Amino acid sequence: MITAGIDMGSKTIKVVILKDGEIIGKSIELAGFESREAAEKAFAGALEAAGIAQGDIEKTTATGAGRKNAPYTEHEVTEVGSDARGVRELYPNARTVLDVGAEEGRAIRTTDEGKVLDFALNEKCAAGAGAFTESMSRALEVPIEELGPLSLQSDASIPMNAQCAVFAESEVVTLVHAKTPKQDIARAVHDAIASRIVSLARKVGFEPDVVLIGGVAYNTGFVDSLERALETKIIIPEDPEFVGAYGAAIIAAEGL
Amino acid sequence: MKAHYGYKDGAGDFFIIIDTDNCIECADHPCIPACPESVLEIIEDDYEDMVCAVTMDHRKKIKYSCAPCKPDRDRPPLLCVTACPKNALEHLW
Amino acid sequence: MAEFWRWKEYNWHDENKDWRDGELITAGVDVGSVSSQAVIVVDGELYAYSNMRTGSSSPESANNSFNWAIEGTGLTLDDVGFVIGTGYGRVNVPFSHKAITEIACHARGANAMYGPSVRTVLDMGGQDCKVIRCDEKGKVTAFAMNDKCAAGTGRGMEVFADLLAIPIGEVGELSLDVEEEPPPVSSTCVVFAKSEATGLLREGWSKSKVLAAYCSAMAHRVVTLLEQVGVEEDFAITGGIAKNSGVVTRLEKELGIKALPFDTDTQIAGALGAALFAQNLLRKKLAKAGK
Ligand code: SF4
Ligand code: SF4
Repeated sequence: MITAGIDMGSKTIKVVILKDGEIIGKSIELAGFESREAAEKAFAGALEAAGIAQGDIEKTTATGAGRKNAPYTEHEVTEVGSDARGVRELYPNARTVLDVGAEEGRAIRTTDEGKVLDFALNEKCAAGAGAFTESMSRALEVPIEELGPLSLQSDASIPMNAQCAVFAESEVVTLVHAKTPKQDIARAVHDAIASRIVSLARKVGFEPDVVLIGGVAYNTGFVDSLERALETKIIIPEDPEFVGAYGAAIIAAEGL
Repeated sequence: MKAHYGYKDGAGDFFIIIDTDNCIECADHPCIPACPESVLEIIEDDYEDMVCAVTMDHRKKIKYSCAPCKPDRDRPPLLCVTACPKNALEHLW
Repeated sequence: MAEFWRWKEYNWHDENKDWRDGELITAGVDVGSVSSQAVIVVDGELYAYSNMRTGSSSPESANNSFNWAIEGTGLTLDDVGFVIGTGYGRVNVPFSHKAITEIACHARGANAMYGPSVRTVLDMGGQDCKVIRCDEKGKVTAFAMNDKCAAGTGRGMEVFADLLAIPIGEVGELSLDVEEEPPPVSSTCVVFAKSEATGLLREGWSKSKVLAAYCSAMAHRVVTLLEQVGVEEDFAITGGIAKNSGVVTRLEKELGIKALPFDTDTQIAGALGAALFAQNLLRKKLAKAGK
């Protein structure tokens, strides 16, 4: 049985193809301004990796903010549903899922059976999601991939006052002018965003194991801040940004 | 005075409204110890009355500060609101 | 940081009056994040003021604006009986006797400038947005202040002006130069609205059309804040955005209420209110000393 999951994120589009529970192809594309085209491209990439044709896929489930625009799709699930399902498959002991993407942060609490018990969202404000770190990397003039390793070099904790991505950019510029070491600023940025994700986790009453997914999970500085604030170890899967699409593909298979 | 502390951002309206005329006659200010996150304090306002206010520290992040009291499921009555004998406190979210 | 609005720094004093004839001389100093003002009041009458950019230090800005206000008057700090600091840097006015919030000072100042019929003041600054309601004495009855989020502030408008490479002062007029009003930008968040605008430009929207969509989104946002607190006439708008016709026209239309005519000098409303508060306190102080 072959199924596909497509995660129509605001910034990137992910496709995972499953055959009898095994991932046989996956692909990611920047959403850009033509998300439909990008989705088709991502699909083509995953099909090629799997060495199959579109017609071989029995069912496709879409998730993500733009799931209404997904091509080749028979069925949709919410991000909460697909995240929880994907994480459950990878880590049966997970009870809390944190998903931090470009434009949204999410905390999901699941039962011992893997059912969604509660969830909370940060949405529509860049300060609560990956877009915040992107703005700050611009203000710091440090590429986003280097922001994490840079902040790990810091052992000073300085506060950030601004709670808005726009005002925080000015604050970062002021700190740079005041000759504050860049690694300390980077850490302050990660502490700031982590504190907002922690509040979501608290809201859903987080329990271990805690699994972090979404593109921002690649940011080691953010993970460090998050672990410090939550006072717990966090599990990060190998391909954190594909977990939603993976969950959707599993849900597609279960529906058959 | 109807003091709106908090903010409006892309995600919504997060205001605590305090009708401070009530606080002037309120002897014990029971709202203050009731809040587990120390969000509230008594200040002397611009007209020299002692009234309840949201602390400076929390004004720009009350959505997060108050989050522990506001689970999405089975939300209990808010501790500060329940503690106030004069119904002077209101949360907008 | 770029400036939200280009404006002239200025000072003024009443040539037809001599402060030496007065009894109660008080001052208000408003140190804002973008501009600072000092106002001297003699027996409740506006006597002198200044308006200038805030520098990197609040105490210095307070000193400079005070010195500029008294320039050419022969007045010195020693002649002033009571000074009140207000605004974002209010606790950093070195020579003040007391600090009062800009909310209370703004209401008091608007009451004096526009007359006692003013009930609602909307102040849209570079980094915040305030709605203040007051009674006929200029006492605050309700307020909301939003300084957390850049949307609805001058800063948010600056981001758009930068994106489109348009001088901030031309944004309002340009945004009105559209045949048909486009739907407002759907994201409130400035960061997300900016990417939305980039997409619209790629679709071939003119700069005017994009600005129209943003100005109306901003107007709508401010209207919701106004409605939160309640709007009652007379209604006045102060602060940098009061000069942006693109936002003000749309805001008035949505509210169905016209704002009182705009006057540049309303920038001193906060400092004037502070000076008037200072007068009350000076009177109290003198009465006490007299006993
Ligand atoms: S308990 Fe109520 S009336 Fe008393 S100070 Fe607190 S908010 Fe004001
Ligand atoms: S402008 Fe700032 S505070 Fe407002 S929604 Fe965007 S990031 Fe959040």
